Amino acid sequence: MTQNIRKMTIAMAAILTTATSAWAMDVEEIVAKANEVSYYQGDDGRAKVNMTITDDQGRERTRAFVILRKDNEPGAGSGEQKFYVFFSRPADVNKTAFLVWKHMDKDDDRWLYLPGLDLVKRIAASDKRSSFVGSNFFYEDVSGRNPDLDTHALVQEDDNYYVLESTPKDKAGVEFASYKSWIHKATFLPIKIDYINDAGEVYRTYEALNVEEVGGYMTVTASKMTDVKAGSSTSMTYSDVAYDMGLEDDIFSERYLRNPPRNLLR
Amino acid sequence: MAFSRSVFSLALLSAVLSPAALADGPSLPPGLGGPSLPPGLGDKEAEVTVKEEVSEPAFNITGFIEARAGARLQNAQGYDDWTLGEIRGQLALDGMTDAMTWRVTADAVLDPVLEEYGTDLGRGEGVLDLREAWALFRPSDNMDLKLGRQILTWGTGDLLFINDLFPKDWNAFFIGRDVEYLKAPSDALKLSWYGAKASIDLVVTPQFDPDRSIDGRVLTYFNPMMGETNTIPAAMPIRSENGPEMSARLYGQSGSMEWALYFYNGYWKSPTGFDVIDMEATYPELAVYGASIRLPILGGIGNAEVGYYDSRDEKSGADPFTPNSQWRFLVGFEREIVPNLTGAVQYYVEKTEDYDAYLGALIPGAPKVDEYRQILTLRVTQQMMNQNLTLSGFNFYSPTDEDGYLRLNAAYKVTDALRLEAGGNIFYGESSASFFGQFEDNTNLYVAIRRSF
Repeated sequence: MTQNIRKMTIAMAAILTTATSAWAMDVEEIVAKANEVSYYQGDDGRAKVNMTITDDQGRERTRAFVILRKDNEPGAGSGEQKFYVFFSRPADVNKTAFLVWKHMDKDDDRWLYLPGLDLVKRIAASDKRSSFVGSNFFYEDVSGRNPDLDTHALVQEDDNYYVLESTPKDKAGVEFASYKSWIHKATFLPIKIDYINDAGEVYRTYEALNVEEVGGYMTVTASKMTDVKAGSSTSMTYSDVAYDMGLEDDIFSERYLRNPPRNLLR
Repeated sequence: MAFSRSVFSLALLSAVLSPAALADGPSLPPGLGGPSLPPGLGDKEAEVTVKEEVSEPAFNITGFIEARAGARLQNAQGYDDWTLGEIRGQLALDGMTDAMTWRVTADAVLDPVLEEYGTDLGRGEGVLDLREAWALFRPSDNMDLKLGRQILTWGTGDLLFINDLFPKDWNAFFIGRDVEYLKAPSDALKLSWYGAKASIDLVVTPQFDPDRSIDGRVLTYFNPMMGETNTIPAAMPIRSENGPEMSARLYGQSGSMEWALYFYNGYWKSPTGFDVIDMEATYPELAVYGASIRLPILGGIGNAEVGYYDSRDEKSGADPFTPNSQWRFLVGFEREIVPNLTGAVQYYVEKTEDYDAYLGALIPGAPKVDEYRQILTLRVTQQMMNQNLTLSGFNFYSPTDEDGYLRLNAAYKVTDALRLEAGGNIFYGESSASFFGQFEDNTNLYVAIRRSF
């Protein structure tokens, strides 16, 4: 009996602590911080990315590219950004460059440069939740999803994680009914995200597999996206990560689509 | 009261779920109590990726080797059934020094269909096809200078070109080589200046680079001088032009809308003129003034482009052996219809100036072009199997010429390195003299296998 009461007391204390910290840490604040550490570390950044796509029969395909990023409002931790992606592998897309101007209130601007044709092609960006270069990652997973598109609720909390459940404000254009994220308390990095369909099943899972400190920023350097239904997955590793490089704005323009900034891509 | 009870029950629930509240109980297995912390967070050391200290190679090498074959689906009088048969190996070398970046892309080709083994770098024929050989210098922070053999493209049309007067290889396009062979290289100097509001490209080609147009060796065509379809697989006599070409583009962006102004001075890119004394086709002088815009609209990308083709050797429009001046205009729209399925439409119109004079001077029996020649294009691209299988169709249809051209292609990436391809080039038309109709007997299917490295 005493034991039970003691348990109850501990439970009550835990409840109070949980409740208090939940109030102290507003859910919108958690989401904003998670978004910031995931996509807005430093004013700009660079990483070499290797992707391994494994299909349901275990066949592997690889992608290698360098990604450059610059925030339009340095220090804001949110808002518009520009991305430059330069592919080296597979061989048939070698030297293909991809430019994204990410917007908050309208569709992103996207351009693809095909070196064999010297063609700067503009791409409609209405399909943010479609596969990025044939992988299990979507465009939106790479460049970030605007947190304002979903409503977020703090459903659970433990020593390590804030557990959030997010539902889309507009169901059109998204394939999920909701997603559940485990946000690491100390760093605000999302460590796991389960995407849930209308039937309530987890059909797609993101996992952070390794975290390193780079230039004072905690950075996910290995991650994995699994398509539970299809049985395929993509693992992504980041290397040569750098932040606050002082990238010029014109890197993210047609000039560098046609003539890649080689010194930044080595 | 009800309120506090619900708060309590909720709190109790969270207490049950919270591992912290179960200090005495077993820890929840991963997957129930939330994910275990990845290395780098919590107890486990991060798996630090060590930057490999490899010395940068002097240059990168990429390339491919492929076999490609295609054949007519019908008989063409005087011509072989094979339209395409080649083994092609490409080697692309690129590198960087402090002063410049450079690239050389060369193809070694064995082509028993064309049977031209003497290398002609200008036409891209023979055992060596030099696609690129250029160096890029940066004279100042806001300037680039690209010198040498290079592929050049600008403008907004999709397989319809108004202000892009850089050389095209229509033969490669019609027989089913990879679409990048539609663009033939230019031996040119490209000077680019970049400004905050607008940028300028200036391209000078010291010696005219014409299109590699259908000349009758492999593909048959309508010979207006003979008034019939060509039956002798031999190159038509064409007088070459050695004068310079100059292309310029002033371009910029306003919000999400891209705009550009263009200028070209040189020659008609295909031999549209004729010298009745020497009995050979000619490249009459041409200047082009144009403009384009491209912007996101209606969930897709819209574009519009216009150009005035000033046929400088033709003053009155009454010379039947020199093309009249023209206005050319196109408008296009592309968007994703459903995930992985993209559709695109274009409307193109070509207005012949001094049309009455053109009609009056038309040689009897020669194909007549409408004053407003129009083309509609439709592109459909379906990606399947994680983007490893791409099915695409592109149709040109001219309601005024009553003809068209359907391009079909299926490409499957067996692995990252190995690609299989099959396709067709289907020409159709009411008349055997119209632009696409004249190629009806060239309708072909092709297959290819390519190994990239």
